[in-house]
Amino acid sequence: MREDRAEMSEDEDRALDLGGGGPDASNKTESSGGSCGAGDSPSPFPDQVLDNVLEDVLRFLTSRRDRNAVSLVCKSWCMVEALTRSDLFIGNCYAVSPRRVVDRFRSVRSLLLKGKPRFADFNLVPPNWGSYFSPWVTAMAAAYPWLEKVYLKRMTVSDEDLGLLAHSFPGFKELVLVCCEGFGTSGLSVVASRCRQLRVLDLIEDEIMDDEVDWISCFPETGTCLESLIFDCVESLVNFIALERLVARSPSLRKLRLNRHVSIGQLHRLMVQAPQLTHLGTGSFSFSDLMVQGDQEPDLVSTFAASKSLICLSGFKDILPEYLPAIYPVCANLTSLNLSYANINAEQLKPVIYRCHKLQTFWVLDSVCDEGLQAVAATCKDLRELRVFPMEAREDIEGPVSEVGLLAISEGCRQLQSILYFCQRMTNAAVVAMSKNCPELVVFRLCIMGRHRPDHLTGEPMDEGFGAIIMNCKKLTRLAISGLLTDEAFSYIGTYGKLVRTLSVAFAGDSDMGLRYVLEGCPKLQKLEIRDSPFGDSALLSGLHHYYNMRFLWMSSCKLSPLGCKEIARRMPRLVVEVISYRDEETDDAVEVLYMYRSLEGPRNDAPKFVTIL
Amino acid sequence: MESTVTYESDLNLKATELRLGLPGTDEYEKQTPPSVRSNKRSLPDIIEESDTGDREAPVTKAQVVGWPPIRSYRKNSFQPKKIEAEATGIYVKVSMDGAPYLRKIDLKVYKGYPELLKALENMFKFTIGEYSDREGYTRSEYALTYEDKDGDWMMVGDVPWDMFMSSCKRLRIMKGSEARGLGCAV
Repeated sequence: MREDRAEMSEDEDRALDLGGGGPDASNKTESSGGSCGAGDSPSPFPDQVLDNVLEDVLRFLTSRRDRNAVSLVCKSWCMVEALTRSDLFIGNCYAVSPRRVVDRFRSVRSLLLKGKPRFADFNLVPPNWGSYFSPWVTAMAAAYPWLEKVYLKRMTVSDEDLGLLAHSFPGFKELVLVCCEGFGTSGLSVVASRCRQLRVLDLIEDEIMDDEVDWISCFPETGTCLESLIFDCVESLVNFIALERLVARSPSLRKLRLNRHVSIGQLHRLMVQAPQLTHLGTGSFSFSDLMVQGDQEPDLVSTFAASKSLICLSGFKDILPEYLPAIYPVCANLTSLNLSYANINAEQLKPVIYRCHKLQTFWVLDSVCDEGLQAVAATCKDLRELRVFPMEAREDIEGPVSEVGLLAISEGCRQLQSILYFCQRMTNAAVVAMSKNCPELVVFRLCIMGRHRPDHLTGEPMDEGFGAIIMNCKKLTRLAISGLLTDEAFSYIGTYGKLVRTLSVAFAGDSDMGLRYVLEGCPKLQKLEIRDSPFGDSALLSGLHHYYNMRFLWMSSCKLSPLGCKEIARRMPRLVVEVISYRDEETDDAVEVLYMYRSLEGPRNDAPKFVTIL
Repeated sequence: MESTVTYESDLNLKATELRLGLPGTDEYEKQTPPSVRSNKRSLPDIIEESDTGDREAPVTKAQVVGWPPIRSYRKNSFQPKKIEAEATGIYVKVSMDGAPYLRKIDLKVYKGYPELLKALENMFKFTIGEYSDREGYTRSEYALTYEDKDGDWMMVGDVPWDMFMSSCKRLRIMKGSEARGLGCAV
């Protein structure tokens, strides 16, 4: 799982504050007259010494927020900071252009770039919307030949982009692609063969085309520097013999996550080759379709027992539950366990979870029911992050988990910091209890799957529950709300949500007041995504004072009109206001999707036809 | 364990009864509506109110795009597995040379070849005897063959049962000279 890359996880930006924002800081310095470029006249001698000293000092400064602050002190500080910043974080690829970035920052080694809005994950953004990696890789190929690391999230990456990357950066070390698409196994093969220093190749929830290229065979024959190879999202078959040989010649490999086509027997063989692994994704954890005659039952228990360094386990994509006990030997050391693809029940979970005393991160399917969650609560006293995913993503069924499971978790796991919980029924009482039992909560995401569903015991809206969360959880920065909610819930958020940075709203609220409460009350709000809620133009206009401080605002199927959106665009020139249409014809009816974000560049030139930039 | 057990045994009885249907008609669809596969529900179309009317279910239960907010990658991870593994079973058509109509059987019901052979013998009222590695079905004028994933006709019994189950698309009981040809070791 992505727990060791805080900035890439779904719980975005918990540790990273946008603050002035990397390139956005230049917004302020530019408006105060002049960029921090080479056009400045050389300073007299004492200042030059000071600059050199500053440069040496600043090399130790790694925090983004600190660097942004430094860059605001004065022009020369801005310049020196720009020369020494090596890690670049760009939260919205359209907020700044590659050109501007390359002009300001001269010695970048690592780039993190995010593209599409998160609701694209749920098919709310039509294909070919944008977020192309091409202009970025082209600009960096020329400017940063010593680039080592690229992290992309929700970007469109082509095979050609990967080819250019592989050819342009001889010291390239880490490629992490999360929720990206547009490339295939041929792109991967170029990276594998050309990037001889590659340490990390992490493919996480990407859509990768099967070009039938055997990319696993393309890694250097003489041995690799690979430390992490994650490809559980690759849907195509991989050449197992080549994979086995690759693992054998990668002595630094610590993280390996296999795709669902790797059978349990093959997993066994790989684990024998790599007992030093710390992170393992087990693939299917099942037999393949073709049972080769003569295959003995693999002695998985011994193999797991020999993997003394394993702390993170995932995979189990087609699990045969009777083989789950094989992991018992490692349970006591596990800090992270992802069973969210494993269709197992409470009885099958219990013997595993009862052994996992050190567990901090746990992802699971609701097939384990409230009873399974009770077992988690009884054992995992150090649990920090819990995600409960639904087996069936529907609205009209009974559902195996409920307020019972949530309550149990709140009582057993007092250190909980982050929760994502899908359910069909919930009560205010359980949510209130969690707000009091788990004061460390930073991320609270509750998804009651039935739209507009109230407290199923009292029939009341879920306002009180969410209100309690926002009031009692003093460290809360990310909130996702659901169920039947009135404007009251939003009033609570506006009154108490002083640290909230990310808010997700769906099918909630009664009137414009709801949105107004939030826009007027939450000074730290940076990412606001709303769907199917009755908020209109006047609510939108109440946020003008704040939109430049936000990364983006998404509103779909609300009550916005083209006129209202045009008014925003008129009044805020540094905001790009995109209206996305699902239908082909132009319409003056309600706006289907509004997506707006601050930007130094104005309207982008790669927008497709269904996007109108106001 | 689950409701799927009763489901399967019901169908088993039906599979062995004689009926006057058109040859080759599919009585049992491979696709079942999603909620049949659920552990909790039995009827797909009825929305049962388990709580006393507290739920204000929205009027339309039509699927809303992107709701609940699960990535399609995750949604798709389960559906294929459930269709194979749960109540539906592996239904294949069985034809016998000279018989007026075909039958359908669920391979999942049988633990191995002997059971399958016995069931077929009962169903079609013939004897096929035993299978031997070298000579196939020598004791009978019938031979049992199947069509595999590649479209080739293979003799039943050569490969391990699990492999057979996953690759068998249909069965054919051959008779007469064709069958005898198959019975000889090649």
